[in-house]
Amino acid sequence: MATTVQTRPAVHGVERIGSSKLTEAIYRILLYGSVIVGGVIFAIPFYWMLRTSVMPTTQVYLFPPEWWPERFEWHHFKTPFAVFPFARFFLNSTFIAAGSAIGAALSSSVVGFSFARLRFPLRDIMFVVVLATMILPEHVRLVPTYLLFVQLDWIGTYRPLIIPNWFAPAFYVFLMRQFFMTIPRELDDSAMIDGCNPNGLYWRIHMPLSLPALGVVIIFMVTSQWNDFLYPLIYIQGVTNYTVALGLRLFEGHMTNNMQALMAASILGVLPTIILFFFAQRYFVQGIVVSGVKG
Amino acid sequence: MKPSTREAWYGYLLASPWIIGFIVFTVGPMLASLIIGMYRTDFLTETTFVGLKWYQNVLRDSLVRKALINTAIFSFTVVPINTALALLIAVMLNQGIRLQSFWRTVYYLPSVVSGVAVSLLWKWLYQPDIGLLNSILGPILRPYGIDPPRWIFSQEWALPSLIIMAFWGAGGAMLIYLAGLRGIPTSLYEAAEIDGASSFRRFFAVTLPLLTPTIFFNVVLNIIISWQVFTQALVMTRGGPNNATLTMVLHIYNTGFQNFYFGYASAQAWFLFVIVLIFVILALRSASSWVHYERV
Repeated sequence: MATTVQTRPAVHGVERIGSSKLTEAIYRILLYGSVIVGGVIFAIPFYWMLRTSVMPTTQVYLFPPEWWPERFEWHHFKTPFAVFPFARFFLNSTFIAAGSAIGAALSSSVVGFSFARLRFPLRDIMFVVVLATMILPEHVRLVPTYLLFVQLDWIGTYRPLIIPNWFAPAFYVFLMRQFFMTIPRELDDSAMIDGCNPNGLYWRIHMPLSLPALGVVIIFMVTSQWNDFLYPLIYIQGVTNYTVALGLRLFEGHMTNNMQALMAASILGVLPTIILFFFAQRYFVQGIVVSGVKG
Repeated sequence: MKPSTREAWYGYLLASPWIIGFIVFTVGPMLASLIIGMYRTDFLTETTFVGLKWYQNVLRDSLVRKALINTAIFSFTVVPINTALALLIAVMLNQGIRLQSFWRTVYYLPSVVSGVAVSLLWKWLYQPDIGLLNSILGPILRPYGIDPPRWIFSQEWALPSLIIMAFWGAGGAMLIYLAGLRGIPTSLYEAAEIDGASSFRRFFAVTLPLLTPTIFFNVVLNIIISWQVFTQALVMTRGGPNNATLTMVLHIYNTGFQNFYFGYASAQAWFLFVIVLIFVILALRSASSWVHYERV
């Protein structure tokens, strides 16, 4: 797929289908109708979350449920912070996400560069292994890595969540390598003539050029770490060390009859990834194109 | 030192984070897992060699079988339906529609959020009496004397509930297909049109074949991801009611990290690994018969 050069979206389907304008009009109406109905269905859960979070208690548990709050009660957004150290949870999640993302971006970039640009024995076999580990169900390593971290005395710290990501996760190596393959070789040659060694070549030329790809890795890693549940569940001990995901779970256990506060906490929990998405939409799309289409 | 030798040394040096990580966090643990599976151990007080006992147990354990069936049902429904749904949305959004990037965001946003918050949200949507779903379904079904399902609280509907919830995440694949659709050269459509192909035929003769590599990549990834379903099952139902939503990874988690039979958990993880591997290999094998690779 990588070889097709095409930037204009391929608009097809209707322009000259049959001769009848009426057919086309019906087609358009059906098309827009489906897109809108589908879009509403996809958006409704978010609406319900918002609507619940601001409803007065007397209204939330009414049967049949009501769609619009009779008045807006924003104070439910304060409840999570009053009951548990949620601000701390956000800090903890941010620390884990940032620590993992920086390590993953740097390591996978360096490794991706060497796979894309340097020639060394076994390189191609190693890259096949990288691809193979991408399709490895990771839970087969769950117990032994736990044992490893027990032995290292890392349980109860964030190290088991962060440090493995510093060793070039396969998916990101693949992504970076695909990106480096698109950088023209002539750049390498002229730099080499100027006396650059491969190390300098990476830091001075490839690394600055690959900032967009690094952005993709960082965003993917931050999102996946932010949403992760299983590993924090296993490794984190003590409520003050909880991530947002663990905090939400804990909060649910204490808020069985305060759905507004629970939904408010959930909104706060997903808000950072949504904000990140809106600011970095370009990178999301780009990363997905590189990983999914050219795969 | 010859330049090529020097380059090779740099190659290994720069690739070393992956090489080390691969040994320490992938191959090592996988082999260790096989061995741990031969012990009865809680990693603290007890470590007894039990040989292949756990591996034999896996095949006989009715809970493992239940988890296996549940996860298989989940995977075999979510993967094809999500693929079709994502493809459908992508094709619709690719028809030169107005506000395309707005709609793209609407469909994609649910896949940006995931994990516990989403599980809590859906648990609320699935509330049988005052949840969103039944507040829509109730008025439609009740006139016919049908009560809407009790979703995650009912043994029959709990697993379908998790499956339906997974459709909400179809936007991730949609975005990939949308990018793939944009990569299809318009010249091919023009040629097809000159040949008098209908838009229906153009979709099946041009669009779909050219998209198959993308679909294939995505299906393989989704098979793997769907077999690892965990968070929803733990947060929403704890595997219940009556193990109706017990999944493989949840069972592994329970066995190891709740009941502290780490050896048995290891054996189950290997079992899961082999099963997923079989399905991935089947998918790879099938590729030659339906994936269209461009010959340039």
